[in-house]
Amino acid sequence: MGNGSGMVERRPTLGLLAHAVQIIGVLIIVFPIYLAFIASTHTAAEIASSRPLSLLPGSHFVETYRLALFGGTSSFGSRIGPSAPMMWISLVSALVIAIGKIAISLLSAFAIVYFRFPFRSLVFWMIFITLMLPVEVRIGPTYSVVSDLHMLNSYSGLTIPLIASATATFVFRQFFLTVPDELAEAARIDGAGPIRFLKDVLLPLSRTSIAALFVIQFIYGWNQYLWPLLVTTDESMYPVVMGIKRLIGGEAYTEWNVVMATAILALLPPAIVVVLMQKWFVKGLVDTEK
Amino acid sequence: MGAISIRDVIKRYGHGLKANQVIHGVNAEITDGEFIVIVGPSGCGKSTLLRMVAGLEEISGGEISIAGRVVNDIEPSERDIAMVFQNYALYPHMSVFDNMAYGLKIAKVPLAEIKTRVDKAAKILELGAFLQRKPRELSGGQRQRVAMGRAIVRQPQVFLFDEPLSNLDAKLRAQTRLEIQKLHNELGVTSLFVTHDQVEAMTLAQRMIVMNAGRVEQIGTPDEVYHRPATTFVAGFIGSPPMNLIAGHGEGHRFKADGQSIDLPATAPREGELILGIRPEHIEMNSGAAAAGHWSLKVEALEMLGAERLVYGRLGGTLFTVRLDATLPAPKIGDTVSLKASPDHLHWFDAATQQRVV
Repeated sequence: MGNGSGMVERRPTLGLLAHAVQIIGVLIIVFPIYLAFIASTHTAAEIASSRPLSLLPGSHFVETYRLALFGGTSSFGSRIGPSAPMMWISLVSALVIAIGKIAISLLSAFAIVYFRFPFRSLVFWMIFITLMLPVEVRIGPTYSVVSDLHMLNSYSGLTIPLIASATATFVFRQFFLTVPDELAEAARIDGAGPIRFLKDVLLPLSRTSIAALFVIQFIYGWNQYLWPLLVTTDESMYPVVMGIKRLIGGEAYTEWNVVMATAILALLPPAIVVVLMQKWFVKGLVDTEK
Repeated sequence: MGAISIRDVIKRYGHGLKANQVIHGVNAEITDGEFIVIVGPSGCGKSTLLRMVAGLEEISGGEISIAGRVVNDIEPSERDIAMVFQNYALYPHMSVFDNMAYGLKIAKVPLAEIKTRVDKAAKILELGAFLQRKPRELSGGQRQRVAMGRAIVRQPQVFLFDEPLSNLDAKLRAQTRLEIQKLHNELGVTSLFVTHDQVEAMTLAQRMIVMNAGRVEQIGTPDEVYHRPATTFVAGFIGSPPMNLIAGHGEGHRFKADGQSIDLPATAPREGELILGIRPEHIEMNSGAAAAGHWSLKVEALEMLGAERLVYGRLGGTLFTVRLDATLPAPKIGDTVSLKASPDHLHWFDAATQQRVV
């Protein structure tokens, strides 16, 4: 940091400008979230009647969130499904997807970098080329496979098709290529087999990359909408992102306060992951090893 | 115990027509406790040979045995060797203690024993205060000692060193050289040390293996290699500045090179095409005309190195260097001086085979 800022002249106007840009950026991101939060503390009737929407919090925080989390009958008499079980489905799916992606990519990158086998580079390029085939492109065949394997309405159906990751494989491959060969040789002389080397040397060295990928992939898994929409028909397997959509429209009156409360709730786990992992990020960046 | 035997060892990369052979049948017998330095220019195959002994490179042909056991198909960890790498290859996330203990932990040595061995090695290498530090918190010299410590705690039959000093600055290199020598005296473990630096080779070696282009040029003590180089390559490689090598034609007391006739202090070993080698430090210089057994040289350049002075001229078309004590009066550029070498210090090589004659 010191070096970087030392290069730029410190002029008060520049500093002011930089701060202004940053503050505007933050406002653009924070304002809608603030609005959602404010809306979630009013009753549906208050939201419907007040134009423009009040920017001050209302007094119905506890009851709206209780309704959003645990479900029940709203003041308008419509039934609201609980979002707590959906949050759980989302959490499990996002964790399985993130951890699964990291585990599979680590192993495939390890194989590609450290083992000699026939068609090694072909294998790498085949993995790499799947970057061009995201779920949206192959959704038909993937759905048919999942359905034939009776994985609809299950965690395996929600997660397994999303686990393979060319991006993470590529990230780990690039990292492994920067690890000096002598380290692998020293481990070989020390008697460490491949799995031992992976566990004792490569894993601890890649923990920064793992943390970064975990954050990215957790959010990717949490935000899935299209795929769960296809593979879940049973309400008990709906993730929370679908739950929000189901609260809007439909035959019942849209209770915007509950929608906003659910949206805020759905925002929390990824936010917590980012905040917690940021510590790791910084730690990883500060202790540059190698 | 820790004897190494290298027999007709060949290294080839690739197969069939695309095969690229880099080591062409190396033979060497190393006795237990010897300190052997493998020296040669870069790309001569010295590191490859060491890595074959370590088990990090496959042996394409021939046989290597350590302590009487053929190790061709034995994993590095089972060969009873320890290796010190050029970049030290310390595990960056482990403490100094864990770096040294890692191999022992894998070998399931009891923890108390590991502790004793690491502490002992740390004491020898003066690393006691750093055991809990990470490698990045150490200086280059300290990292180098940790790498040696990791080798010592294994209590191997053979130490393998792959240019371990080349990442150190000149002063530290000289100091570490002495430490390695001391260590070898204390532990008496057979050591194979690869370097491209002839000073390291000369100072550390009990015997040295001089390699060039995948072949062994000479195996001998530093004394033998310096005083009786087996080939023109060794003659030119060992010694700084290198030996003067003049191609010409021998005729009794005369040596004809590029039209110039040199009067020799002794007869050439045979008639015909020969290469005459004379080390810059084995020449006496007088001013004035050349007498019998002397030859003359026109001074073209001078270099003052402090304790000595290098005088350059041209003899038989090739650059000729003379090393003089700096206390002697210096010639001037353009002067013609008369040179003389003692008959013991003439080296003769066959012009065709580049091998030493007699």
